[in-house]
Amino acid sequence: MAAYGRIHVDVLRALAPPGRGYYAALALVGAVLAWALYAWSVQLARGLGVAGYRGSVQWAVYITNFVFWIGIAHSGTLISAILYLFRAHWRAAISRTSEAMTVFAVMTAGLFPIIHLGRPWYFYWLIPYPNQRGLWVNFRSPLIWDVFAVGTYFTVSAVFLYVGLIPDLAAVRERTTGWRRRMYQFLSLGWQGTQEEWRHYRSAYLFLAALATPLVVSVHSVVSWDFAMALVPGWHSTIFAPYFVAGAIFSGLAMVLTLTIPLRRFLGLEDYITDRHLENVAKLTVVTSLIVTYAYGCEFFMAWYSGNAFEQAVFRERALGTYAPLFWMMVFCNSVIPLMLLARRVRTNVRALWVIALLVNVGMWLERFVIITGSLSFDYEPWYWADAVYQPRWVEYAITAGSFAWFFLWFLLFVKHFPAIPMAEVKERLTP
Amino acid sequence: MMVVRGIFTEADAVVRAVQDLRRAGFRDVTVFLPVPDPAILAVLDERPSPVRLWTLVGGLLGCLGGFALTVGTSLDWPIPTGAKPIVSIPPFIVIAFEWTILLGALGTLVGFLVHSRLPRRAVPMAYDPRLAEDRFGVFVQCPADRQSVAPVILQNAGAEEVSQIGPGAESSRPPLSF
Repeated sequence: MAAYGRIHVDVLRALAPPGRGYYAALALVGAVLAWALYAWSVQLARGLGVAGYRGSVQWAVYITNFVFWIGIAHSGTLISAILYLFRAHWRAAISRTSEAMTVFAVMTAGLFPIIHLGRPWYFYWLIPYPNQRGLWVNFRSPLIWDVFAVGTYFTVSAVFLYVGLIPDLAAVRERTTGWRRRMYQFLSLGWQGTQEEWRHYRSAYLFLAALATPLVVSVHSVVSWDFAMALVPGWHSTIFAPYFVAGAIFSGLAMVLTLTIPLRRFLGLEDYITDRHLENVAKLTVVTSLIVTYAYGCEFFMAWYSGNAFEQAVFRERALGTYAPLFWMMVFCNSVIPLMLLARRVRTNVRALWVIALLVNVGMWLERFVIITGSLSFDYEPWYWADAVYQPRWVEYAITAGSFAWFFLWFLLFVKHFPAIPMAEVKERLTP
Repeated sequence: MMVVRGIFTEADAVVRAVQDLRRAGFRDVTVFLPVPDPAILAVLDERPSPVRLWTLVGGLLGCLGGFALTVGTSLDWPIPTGAKPIVSIPPFIVIAFEWTILLGALGTLVGFLVHSRLPRRAVPMAYDPRLAEDRFGVFVQCPADRQSVAPVILQNAGAEEVSQIGPGAESSRPPLSF
């Protein structure tokens, strides 16, 4: 059988009716999501007091989750758009899953600023629209920049994912029957693959990649300015934008490994997502880990060199105070463990890679928590210090677990209904 | 007008077929590709797609719209905070930048759909499911007096299968309906 045809058979086999394991996974994420919805309903009924907020700590786990999930989204764009512009052809096999991951991670992140609101039903007040109150939003606030940055990021990522899917949806259409065929007919827009369609498609894909590249840098920069624009010691720093962008890509690459390693096994796609792809992602992970470690060092250096007593106090507290165990766990997961990836033997060991990726995910979540909560709990007001030791309550734990369930729910549905490998792009590297 | 359809397995053969058809004076040649093969697209005189103009216009409109929104609404409802100017250009650049990207991307999408004539309700010619998979298709519009020439050219170029489709022929498959 020709190589082109084989890709079809393999990718369509992955779309075949799922087994019991798939439904068990769906049931698990459904149950966790139901628990999270119950927790949120309790919070809506009784107010934000059910969360562990206290004293000066009024941004905590929810905003940690927001920053974490936006960060997860970033490596999807790195792999699908930035590496496309750099002509790194190896990216093709993992670009679809990465881009889907981007869209679902932004969908998850976008929930948290709303969950975090005391009265979430007024979230639309963040959007500028003509209204009878004659009020407009304050465009000098970084929180409004967030609305624009995250909204644009979601829209552009969704368009980029969809445009990339169109030729593959047409290919799946030709191999399906009944309602599925009608669905793929609708979604593929009647694509036929004529030279004119390809001409415009290639141009559109290139320009979308070119637009997504500066966008991805801007989005986490804007998210970092939510903190850097404030005068809180530990937040008010000019290195925050590059520091957050590097951290975002680092955490996202770890999530790509966390997802693709089991995915390729369960969908039987080991011939397409090979050990070489995983090794390349591991190399990018160790590079971004070194950048993040450098940023950690810079933060402490700047606190010391500035001679600013408040800044120094916050960083002393970070390393030796209440949240010190979390800080050192963060350093271990983000700066020490990834160094193992410098050894080829570790990079090519899929199990080791998966465990390291999981630890990096944990470390990056802790990084966001330590920056946000650690700095707020040691603010300018000493009378808060004793009282401001924040501990999440069950509501925050449930909603955080629910965010993972929400993300995995979309991902599970995606890989069983849409081609997880960009067939047309992978075929380009083969002979028919 | 009759349509002659050649199905090919090799990209090189498609290139040969297109060149031979052009030399014989056939102008209305449509090639169906499962992948954007660069050799085939090159021989078809690929001009730059006008989609890039949609990107440019969308981006410019987004940039202007972003500044218009921020400056206009700030002047309409001034909110004095932190002794900052009401029209503060540096923060407004963030909004204008995001809208440049947003409308640039949406313009690209619209341009792609308009120029590709998508969405399409019906497959206009005898489309074959194999063309989405592992075969290339060369469709030639032939005037009545030249119906016998095109099949020979396609055959000589290495077509796996050549067939003729009558005037106004629709797809042999169930019609696309949505």
